[in-house]
Amino acid sequence: MIEVEHLTKRYGRTVAVDDLSFSVRPGRVTGFLGPNGAGKSTTMRMILGLDRPTSGTVRIDGKPYRELDRPLTRVGALLDAKWVHPNRSARAHLRWMARTNRLPNRRVDEVLETVGLSGVADRRAGGFSLGMSQRLGIAAALLGDPEILMFDEPVNGLDPEGILWIRQIMQRLASEGRTVLVSSHLLSEMAQTAEELVVIGRGKLIRQCGTAQFVDEASGATIRVRTPQVERLRGALHQEGIEVRDEVVDELPTLVVAGTSSERVGEIAAAQGVVLHELSVQRGSLEQAFLQLTNEAVEYHAHDGATTGNEGTDR
Amino acid sequence: MSAVNLISAESIKLFSTRSPWWCNLLAMVLPVGFATAAVLSWPTDVPISVTEVQMGYQFGMMLVLVMAALAVTTEYRFGTMRTTFQAVPGRSSALLAKTALVAGVAGLVGLVAALGSLGVASVLHPVSDLGLGTADELRAVLGVAPVFVFSAVIAVAVGLLVRQSAGALALLLVWPMLVEPLVSVIPTVGEHIQQWMPFVAADHFLRGERSMIADPVLSPAMALAYFAAVSVGLLAVALVVARRRDA
Amino acid sequence: MIEARGLTRRYGNKVAVDDLSFSVRPGRVTGFLGPNGAGKSTTMRMILGLDRPTSGTVRVNGQAYHELDQPLRRIGALLDAKWVHPNRSARAHLRWLARTNRLPDRRVDEVLEAVGLAAVANRPAGGFSLGMSQRLGIATALLGDPEILMFDEPVNGLDPEGIRWIRGFMRDLAAQGRTVFVSSHLLSEMAQTAEDLVVIGRGKLISQCTTAEFIDNASESLVRVRTPQAEELRAALARADAEVRVEVETGALLVSGVTTQLVGEVAAAGGVVLHELAVERASLEQAFMRLTDDAVEYQTTALPAPELVTAGR
Repeated sequence: MIEVEHLTKRYGRTVAVDDLSFSVRPGRVTGFLGPNGAGKSTTMRMILGLDRPTSGTVRIDGKPYRELDRPLTRVGALLDAKWVHPNRSARAHLRWMARTNRLPNRRVDEVLETVGLSGVADRRAGGFSLGMSQRLGIAAALLGDPEILMFDEPVNGLDPEGILWIRQIMQRLASEGRTVLVSSHLLSEMAQTAEELVVIGRGKLIRQCGTAQFVDEASGATIRVRTPQVERLRGALHQEGIEVRDEVVDELPTLVVAGTSSERVGEIAAAQGVVLHELSVQRGSLEQAFLQLTNEAVEYHAHDGATTGNEGTDR
Repeated sequence: MSAVNLISAESIKLFSTRSPWWCNLLAMVLPVGFATAAVLSWPTDVPISVTEVQMGYQFGMMLVLVMAALAVTTEYRFGTMRTTFQAVPGRSSALLAKTALVAGVAGLVGLVAALGSLGVASVLHPVSDLGLGTADELRAVLGVAPVFVFSAVIAVAVGLLVRQSAGALALLLVWPMLVEPLVSVIPTVGEHIQQWMPFVAADHFLRGERSMIADPVLSPAMALAYFAAVSVGLLAVALVVARRRDA
Repeated sequence: MIEARGLTRRYGNKVAVDDLSFSVRPGRVTGFLGPNGAGKSTTMRMILGLDRPTSGTVRVNGQAYHELDQPLRRIGALLDAKWVHPNRSARAHLRWLARTNRLPDRRVDEVLEAVGLAAVANRPAGGFSLGMSQRLGIATALLGDPEILMFDEPVNGLDPEGIRWIRGFMRDLAAQGRTVFVSSHLLSEMAQTAEDLVVIGRGKLISQCTTAEFIDNASESLVRVRTPQAEELRAALARADAEVRVEVETGALLVSGVTTQLVGEVAAAGGVVLHELAVERASLEQAFMRLTDDAVEYQTTALPAPELVTAGR
């Protein structure tokens, strides 16, 4: 359990984190989202006691991080995969960490095995690819077998196999009852991984809720219906006071229905003896929902449609 | 967290990269080399004093300063200081463990360098009858160890305060080499202030009346105590600052 | 149009690219996929004439890269956003590039505007965030208004707004009739952006086809049906020779080897009420994993076993 209360961090005049409160519960993967410069990394550093809050508090299972005994056994974190001495081997890096928290050397070999770095454990970390550094960072986070895990952009630099692996590892850790907080810019990835979201913008909390709820609230679900008896179904739905829109999807005429459930549409169709060729719920994407809610909080905007405008001039 | 574990962790850090090995090796080899050169250029029939043989300790000290400062600044440079503070959030205990280890290694290096210098010199210059008979001779040889210890403490403290290798090393090399010797140039008060310069005091401890101070206020033993006090004071300031600052 | 024929590159004993042939057509976004070490970056460097093929050829609009006159006007590329002098401003970086290909300075301001960097154009590029560097790299690629664009991991370091922006941007470029060739490890992103795919593994071509074909070939799609009359529908579908499984968590029926139309007809004929009737397509990731399984360079063995939970508890 991570509890953040009224957390504020100022650097001179800029307010990086502004009266932020949220809590991260165990047993699920919680996504930590926000545009660039929203204060995610600063918040994570304050959770770990690395940066000192201007005001407010962070508690790990009820205690400030600095008061934890053997903290690596309580909280494991990967904030930046490049935080390794380039001339030190992966094994030596993990060994000194293990020693500070009285963890056995055996544990170092275990986590190296877990992340698939056993074969290169004695090579200097400076020669690692970003994907390998990322794996080493994950090994460091797992070292103390902690109940709370925090990852900042963990899939950065990983290839598809690595991305799948890290998604599974996070879900596995959560299912073991651990608290998992993950920040990422890759929303399609987060939509698959996180059950719960903490969304911030300009250092302030925008929303904390379940991922599904977040998406549904921002962009309501619609129902896509295909049938050879379009007119009949349209009439029946109209009679029930249900709104229907015509669209062409994949070159096929389609009815798009909003403001009701697919169950209800199915029952109306069956009552009228209408044959259905498709009856599917179309959810909005996490990306749509996120961009809608954080719109004002984005640091700078690229010009939309700039291609059509500018590119044309030289042709 | 037990001190033994923290020191053991720091020793993994110190000895798992190559540059501390080189620094320490050179810190032992250079003074011995200097002693060799001094003895070989000395007339074979005139006795050379132990103090003269130990003059090269300054080269070793420079390398010890480099080694100790880098042990801190590379941690900032590569972000491992954050990992260290994440593992030991009290910060001071980890930094004290690092200081203890680095200073201990420095002391050992000093001892080897001084005894090595003495040994080489007595083999190459049998006429001198070099030994550890007098108090002056004991200080000149065994005293190198505590001087290296407290030099390392100063370097760790400066590393913690400056956090950047280039800045910390420039300060640590320029200060004892240029600033302290030049203080005496200041009219009237210069010579008096100079003996309160820490590295001048350390030199006074090692070399007694042969040091650059004309009219010392402190006895050699008190000069060492003063040097130690400066280093510990600096470290205390550095620890407080490191605790408060964002990592 | 990019055409690779028998492209091979060896480094000593190691074969990075192995007899690779493919073509990238204009008017669409083509994704370039492969596990780490598959040879994607090497291939892209050979397309740009930066690396020399051991054998084989690669042609850009029918010519080798070094034969192109004013190459920036023909092909624009973003290979590594950090290939910029850190103390040079974004504008100065683009200006010297523009000068090499006799492009007007006006064009520099246009592309800076297009990528949203106009306001920071005079700041040294060394102080840019990864996302801003990425935008500068894209501006560089666009500078000569080329017909062919190549991007290596373009969304790296971008935030969600930037990711959406570059996706729309690439689609626009393709819609203008340009050839757009993009490598990425982010398959859910590629599934949304790329219409065509070139998939390689260990330097060899695994597949070149449309994204939809790639997914369909690798894994059959299922029809997902929810109904209050599951038993009735199941029996009716069994008579129609469809294979039916039940999804444990939801009780939904997963039917393979049939279309949604057929399931709909069967349901209507039997008077079965439907609550959902949808195609469940495999993800690009699933398809990719299946096809590149043995082409992965180093594989993580297993997930951490739960019994590792001992040290700190």
